[in-house]
Amino acid sequence: MLFLSQCINGLQLGSIYALVALGYSMVYGIIRLLNFAHGDVIMIGAYIALLTIGAGVNPALAVVLTILGCVFISVLIERVAYRPLRSAPRISLLITAIGISLLLQNLAQLLFSANTRPYPGAAIIPTKALRLGALSLSLSTIVTILVSVGAMTALHLLIQKTRIGKAMRAVSEDTGAAQLMGIDINKVISVTFAIGAALAGMGSVLFCCRYPIVNPNIGSMLGLKAFVAAVLGGIGSIPGAVVGGFAIGFAEVLVTALGFSAWTDAVVFVILIVVLLFKPAGLLGRGVAEKV
Amino acid sequence: MMLEVTNLNVFYDNIRALTDVSFSVEEGEIMTLIGANGAGKTTTLITLSGLKKAQSGTISFLGKDITKTTPQSRVAMGMSQSPEGRRVFPGLTVLENLEMGAYLRKDDISADMEKVFAYFPRLKERRKQSAGTLSGGEQQMLAMGRALMSRPKLMLLDEPSMGLSPLLVSEIFAIIRQLNEAGTTILLVEQNAAVALKLAHRAAVMETGRIVLSGTGEELSRSPAVQKAYLGG
Ligand SMILES: Nc1ncnc2c1ncn2[C@@H]1O[C@H](COP(=O)(O)OP(=O)(O)OP(=O)(O)O)[C@@H](O)[C@H]1O
Ligand SMILES: [Mg+2]
Repeated sequence: MLFLSQCINGLQLGSIYALVALGYSMVYGIIRLLNFAHGDVIMIGAYIALLTIGAGVNPALAVVLTILGCVFISVLIERVAYRPLRSAPRISLLITAIGISLLLQNLAQLLFSANTRPYPGAAIIPTKALRLGALSLSLSTIVTILVSVGAMTALHLLIQKTRIGKAMRAVSEDTGAAQLMGIDINKVISVTFAIGAALAGMGSVLFCCRYPIVNPNIGSMLGLKAFVAAVLGGIGSIPGAVVGGFAIGFAEVLVTALGFSAWTDAVVFVILIVVLLFKPAGLLGRGVAEKV
Repeated sequence: MMLEVTNLNVFYDNIRALTDVSFSVEEGEIMTLIGANGAGKTTTLITLSGLKKAQSGTISFLGKDITKTTPQSRVAMGMSQSPEGRRVFPGLTVLENLEMGAYLRKDDISADMEKVFAYFPRLKERRKQSAGTLSGGEQQMLAMGRALMSRPKLMLLDEPSMGLSPLLVSEIFAIIRQLNEAGTTILLVEQNAAVALKLAHRAAVMETGRIVLSGTGEELSRSPAVQKAYLGG
């Protein structure tokens, strides 16, 4: 029974990592950028929920505002910081992303102070436990898994079946050829950032319900782990991000269950190093998919 | 005049790729640009489609100056391109590639799909297959079929014969003629000068970024300079 409940634990953590990793992978797939500001958008989302619920906004509405806020910031970052560098060397874009990440963290410190504050997780998902035989599951675990699986299914359908989803795949495979089809790549790139950020917004709420504290740095570790998940799965690959997210979640839970909880972060980075050394394309990556 | 290019100058950073290129394409004709490797043919076509910005000069299409417009607006106006190296979307199926060709259309595309399959029956058999698994010749057919899906008035074809067997080359060129007879104006870029000059109504020769000769296809195939440089005569 302990084993089963640890599995479910891993599933919960893994689905959060998967939601965040999807944003990394989608953005990388479409403009070959490791968007290091992605994790910090999640932190901003946490403050949006914290402040709106603190101001008396209905928690469901606060969740919607969190998601919309993440979408708005991400699309704005792409428009203002990344788009002007579209034809610049890749390294300039990467440095800009790191700069934006630092900017968001410092901005949050300035606006909200560096103090750690409690997150109103219980207002969003009530702390209830459901008993299934001998198994006890918290409501937040169930909600996290269901919401994540639902969001990933919706994303899959969107990318495989809809006009915009097919355009996203076309742009990520060959941007120039996509333009020859009449695809407005600026619009497709904005939509990609928006979808990645909407998933990050959900990830923000679900992550903070699990670890209900907020400070300006909560996004960086979550972001880094999701980044490792994306690399493990094969950066740019959407199924890869999901597989990588669950793998990292399970690895962390396993390490904790074995009594090495102080080592979870280290293990994640050992995984990153091992992947980069032995299988840089990741589990489901398409070989070395560098574009010229 | 369907397309009028005037004094086009195009650079890659500091490298000059096109120098004062001027030519025109008339409605209903097949016009061809021939020339050796690196002459600037592909640069001309991608500048026409808007993937590359011109430093100076103008492009006028159907009487409108399109020099500064976006690639998508040029597709919407009726220009489409089958690019050098095919550039089909390898992870998309044949059907999805064709759908992308019709990206800007809001009307029913099934009739056009059938038309493409009538020209290229092999694509129909492989419609559920991802484009990356097609042979080179099939990918060329798909690239042309995809370019047809927007119902272009002007089709730009960049080396459709590249890497194909002689049999397939004549098959592809026969289809280009059929497309033209059905009303599509064609600007064809080719290294295979012999075949291109036979097919084209008018032709121009490019060398190191300039147009050095132009005339009817017949005139150019009789020109001693062209025979010597491009027709192995
Ligand atoms: N991306 C690029 N960066 C720098 N220079 C380029 C680039 N693409 C083309 N060139 C240069 O521009 C010139 C024209 O090249 P272009 O590809 O237009 O020739 P082409 O006539 O299509 O040749 P080919 O028959 O080999 O396809 C060449 O000197 C080439 O080296
Ligand atoms: Mg070329």
